[in-house]
Amino acid sequence: MILQASTTTHRRRRNALRIFWLESKYEFLKNLRLPIYSLSVLMFPVMFYVLFGLSFGRSDFGPVSSSLYYAVTYSAFGIMGASLFGFGVNVAVERGQGWMHLKRAFPMPPLAYFAAKVFMATLFGLIIVLTLLTLGTLFGGMRLAAGQILVIVGVLIAGALPFSALGLALGYLTGPNSATAVVNLIYLPMSFSAGLWIPIQELPAFFQTLAPYLPSYHYAQLGLASIGAGDGGHVGWHILVLTGITLVSLLVALVLYFRDEARSYG
Amino acid sequence: MDTGVRDRTADQTANFNGSIVASLQSVSKAYDKVEALRGVDLELRAGEVVALLGPNGAGKTTAIGLFLGRIRPTRGRVQVFGSEPTRAASRTRIGAMLQISGVPETLRIREHIELFRSYYPQPLSLETILTAAGLVGLEQRFYGKLSGGQKQRLHFALALSGNPDLLFLDEPTVGLDVGSRKALWSQIRRFSGQGRTIVLSTHYLEEADALADRIVLIDRGRVIADGTPASIKQVAGGRKITVTTRLDRTTVERLPGVSDVRPRHHGLEILAPRAEAVVRKLLELDPNLHGLEVTGIGLEEAFLRLTQGVKA
Repeated sequence: MILQASTTTHRRRRNALRIFWLESKYEFLKNLRLPIYSLSVLMFPVMFYVLFGLSFGRSDFGPVSSSLYYAVTYSAFGIMGASLFGFGVNVAVERGQGWMHLKRAFPMPPLAYFAAKVFMATLFGLIIVLTLLTLGTLFGGMRLAAGQILVIVGVLIAGALPFSALGLALGYLTGPNSATAVVNLIYLPMSFSAGLWIPIQELPAFFQTLAPYLPSYHYAQLGLASIGAGDGGHVGWHILVLTGITLVSLLVALVLYFRDEARSYG
Repeated sequence: MDTGVRDRTADQTANFNGSIVASLQSVSKAYDKVEALRGVDLELRAGEVVALLGPNGAGKTTAIGLFLGRIRPTRGRVQVFGSEPTRAASRTRIGAMLQISGVPETLRIREHIELFRSYYPQPLSLETILTAAGLVGLEQRFYGKLSGGQKQRLHFALALSGNPDLLFLDEPTVGLDVGSRKALWSQIRRFSGQGRTIVLSTHYLEEADALADRIVLIDRGRVIADGTPASIKQVAGGRKITVTTRLDRTTVERLPGVSDVRPRHHGLEILAPRAEAVVRKLLELDPNLHGLEVTGIGLEEAFLRLTQGVKA
């Protein structure tokens, strides 16, 4: 009897794991096969890094080489995009066109749906940062110890969480037709102003004043701090701001999720 | 008119001795100011194929949403397999095909089905699903490359992937050409039986007639008739008599056995459950009448008359 109960629990847990795995796998494949997502999310940071980070030859930004500095900022740019688009556009489309309603009519655990998107965005983020670090090592004369790579990758991946949350909130605030435009309008100016394309020290004073109000700035500074190239702000402060943005975004998303659940359609 | 159709308990017990699997009990649903459903009672019994038939905006999709637990009733009670429709235990026995778009286009048929199968403890096998939905040979095809009919068949495949006891199909063949529609009908028909209950909503009378053994007519949030296709035709006035006569409309309306009279061209169109007695009486009153024609009325007409009856 007890044995039977425990095998049932065991089977249920294995089933749940299988749902999470398949949901994640297909979320990744779905987006990988979608050129508008995979090409823009993967190609732009790589292209920008090659053009602006590597082709101008080697110089130094304070304590680090330009190839390493740009590897971090363009990775941050790419990972932010993977998260914002992966959540924002996907959720807006799937919510607005009824796909999410259909899935919710099936016994799918709602958490699996969101966990799959975190998995997908993380995997894309990993591909981006590892690609740029590889390119920097091969063509930019970067020499990183394994431990350093681990720290950079870890900080950039973990630091992307606020943008997944922000994307999720945008997915609930926008519709299937407006999501891409809205995300771009937030993503691109926010990337530029935080010094992800051109180092913040080289931006006009206006942007340097604006930057500390942007989550992208705190994210980039966390990444740069991990290679000792931050602009001297307190790491704890960056983490606090990013945590705050995560919580507010999740709260907005949660309120809108339950509004969606309570409201009906058709 | 209503009493005749609603009183189908005896008829039903004869056809389905299945137990009640799901029910709406005095359910109303209001969106802001619009009342989508108004005091609807509906019981679904094991093994029956029920068509919710009505014009767009009648409340069919709302009724299905309530059964699926996607919509909460404003008033009344919804039960599915003896509990709340949102309970996980009842969800694993349900499948649904809804009017949706936004299905990921870059996943293959096989992948979509594999994912939906994983939601259920005891799903049907991939082969069974592909066969039942008529998708054999297409399993590697991307959703985005499918024709309209194939897409609907995939939606159907997802709905039946968990081997559900209760299947909801919301407008399953809307927008399909005749060939694809007939193909999906035969797949639905093959999947029914074995104690499986199927609820489909449609505004095609032909579809309800072809698939369902029970039709629930819904108009503006109310159930206006509930019975077999035959009984609905019966109630709406089983026969139509067309005749050119000097008798006026009021006289004819007063004849016993006449349920409705309308002027038509130079004569009258008379509805009567039994035409013979009425024709005899008409000939008696107007020996010179001509152009006499007696026909059965189609479901389409029965439907129109029932909805107009409520509006009047």
